[in-house]
Amino acid sequence: MSDRKIPNVLPEGGAPADASRRAFLRTAAAGAAFSGLAGCGVDLEDVFRSHFKELSKDELAKVLAKVEEKNRKRFGRETKVGAEGPIPGVEFGYGLDISRCVGCRRCVYACVEENNQSRETPQVHWIRVLEMEKEHGVDLAHAELYYEAEGVPRPGKFYFPVQCQQCRKPPCVKVCPTQATWKEADGIVVVDYDWCIGCRCCMSGCPYGARYFNWADGVLPAGELNPNQHYLGNRPRPKGVVEKCTFCIQRTRNGRYPACVEVCPVGARKFGNLLDPESEIRRVMETKRVYVFKEELATHPQFYFFYAT
Amino acid sequence: MSGILGFLKTCVRLVLTGGRAYKAWVAFLLVMIGVGAVAYSKQLDVGLIATNMRDEVSWAFYIGNFTFLVGVAAAAVLLVIPAYVYHWKPIKEVAVLGELLAISALVMCLLFILVDMGRPDRLHHILPLLGTPNWPNSLLAWDALVLNLYLVVNLTLVVYLLYTSYQGKGYDKRIFVPLVLLSIPIAISTHTVTAFLYNGMAARPYWNASILAPRFIASAFCSGPAVMIILFQVLRKTNDLEIKDEAIWKIAELMSYAMFLNLFLLGAELFKEFYSATEHLHYTEYLWLGIGEHRALVPYAWFSLFCSVAAFLLFLVPKTRKNYVTLNLGCLLIWAGVYIEKGMGLIIPGMTPDTLGQIYEYTPTIIEWGIAAGVFGTGFLVFTLLVKVSVPILLGTFRAGPQEGAAAPAAPAGLAAH
Repeated sequence: MSDRKIPNVLPEGGAPADASRRAFLRTAAAGAAFSGLAGCGVDLEDVFRSHFKELSKDELAKVLAKVEEKNRKRFGRETKVGAEGPIPGVEFGYGLDISRCVGCRRCVYACVEENNQSRETPQVHWIRVLEMEKEHGVDLAHAELYYEAEGVPRPGKFYFPVQCQQCRKPPCVKVCPTQATWKEADGIVVVDYDWCIGCRCCMSGCPYGARYFNWADGVLPAGELNPNQHYLGNRPRPKGVVEKCTFCIQRTRNGRYPACVEVCPVGARKFGNLLDPESEIRRVMETKRVYVFKEELATHPQFYFFYAT
Repeated sequence: MSGILGFLKTCVRLVLTGGRAYKAWVAFLLVMIGVGAVAYSKQLDVGLIATNMRDEVSWAFYIGNFTFLVGVAAAAVLLVIPAYVYHWKPIKEVAVLGELLAISALVMCLLFILVDMGRPDRLHHILPLLGTPNWPNSLLAWDALVLNLYLVVNLTLVVYLLYTSYQGKGYDKRIFVPLVLLSIPIAISTHTVTAFLYNGMAARPYWNASILAPRFIASAFCSGPAVMIILFQVLRKTNDLEIKDEAIWKIAELMSYAMFLNLFLLGAELFKEFYSATEHLHYTEYLWLGIGEHRALVPYAWFSLFCSVAAFLLFLVPKTRKNYVTLNLGCLLIWAGVYIEKGMGLIIPGMTPDTLGQIYEYTPTIIEWGIAAGVFGTGFLVFTLLVKVSVPILLGTFRAGPQEGAAAPAAPAGLAAH
């Protein structure tokens, strides 16, 4: 119970950093109406926190330290939780070569390990590989997600992996009632797991089935925890909130490839900076013909499919 | 101030006294609420995994009930419009009962949203000033606004009317009429905004049809008044409340027109889907015919259609409309028909197959049924208590005495039997 301290409704040193009416109201309400909640195990400091984008540098540092503290308590391990912002001049783009993908699902499990998804009841996969029939082309009515095969690729089939398309016009962001999800300057659509109310509007709005709900507390053995975490990315999620692919924000903002790109055994996955004419993704777009998934919905994905051979 | 205190005190006294049937009914509702509380505490403990919702079908039973009840709440206007705009006598005395129904339905709506939330502890994030509502983009943010506004307007109206009646004064038209007029567009807007919540999702072709909002309104004008017709008969028998037959028949007639419109719009939708038979047909197919072995909703869909058509005919023919046996049967049929159509029949096919073409067949768990029982119990209890207080006040059998109600009558006439 020692972690449930009386909330510090005003930051040390006087006025709140964002000295707004909202902050004042939060403070007043914290003192009054909800004081009884403290006894029920609700952390008031979380309840009356500001929106992520309104946090001052000091407040953000406190929030990050708190996530690390929670990790320590839950997993007994030291973690590094960052909140690196978008790099100026960088806009991420992703390319997926349908003619190369063999449907091995290595990307699915590399993603799970990298991003600290729940391992069971239910398993959460941010990448879903659909097995499709060559006869039908990209046709969801003839797609099989739960294919079980001795070996892949199977004759007559091809494979179509789907993850967050990082839309330029993301319907999920539009429908979110609390601004708990938004698109960053580098194109990554993120969720603040501490702001999401779990209404699941975004899941109804997403045409790609790319958002996942924490129906229960995630099952994640301490030994499998990835300690390099991003606040808007792969830190362990609480139950009752929505999560999604972030192009491995904790990696890509530090100049690394997403885990799925790195693990792909056939090189079907390409990634890079759309604003850099020399990047891999730009080269794909120059030399191949790309298309986007469900283009009729005008979501304008930053995720391109192509057939290289 | 002592007037208000006396008013409140007598309200409490009214609620606590009543006949055996009344007490048994309230006890039954309390049991339902208890069941709901136990089920909800279980859900809070383990998470929404206690339901059968999953990532494929991420809205289901709770949201279906919510949608149906928004219709019931909005339908109060069916009584208010003719009663106040046209000064049409027979309905005027009873329109306030429609508002009581709206209040109770709204309570249930808000509770169903609350139990569906993954993080109810963060509810304030949607509120202005305390949180960061995503205006004007998010329809759910708008829905929260209009539903609460409708609740506040209805509560204000009812409390004002009851309080002035209690004091034996007439109501002030300058306050009352504008509020009543205001409640009409808000009622329509609650239902429209709720329809838009689904309608606006391009990812879900089953919902992404312009006919959705008009169908919402049409079916709401059936389900809401069906409750009122039954209620009027109960109140007529147990109280001196004078509700003329012609008022009830008039409502039934309006319902038959609304049901015709509802069925016509349904037909228009089915024609478009089946004739053009694009890939968007899958959702409609899932509801009406099933896809392969996945047929969970099919019997319900046809049962709902049967109920709606039968009720339409019963209400259309003057002879069956004016016969209380067939009239009440029609009300029950409408409830069943619209409950299926606007509940599970709207939400589940919207998400089956899911956006990647996969089929997960949803049926509610015991926990979901338990929580729904608790919410309905709460709503019915609110409605029962509101009616219990309102009827004697409206009848004038329950008024502030010379000592401001200090010596209130023990039990209003007729209510003992209620």
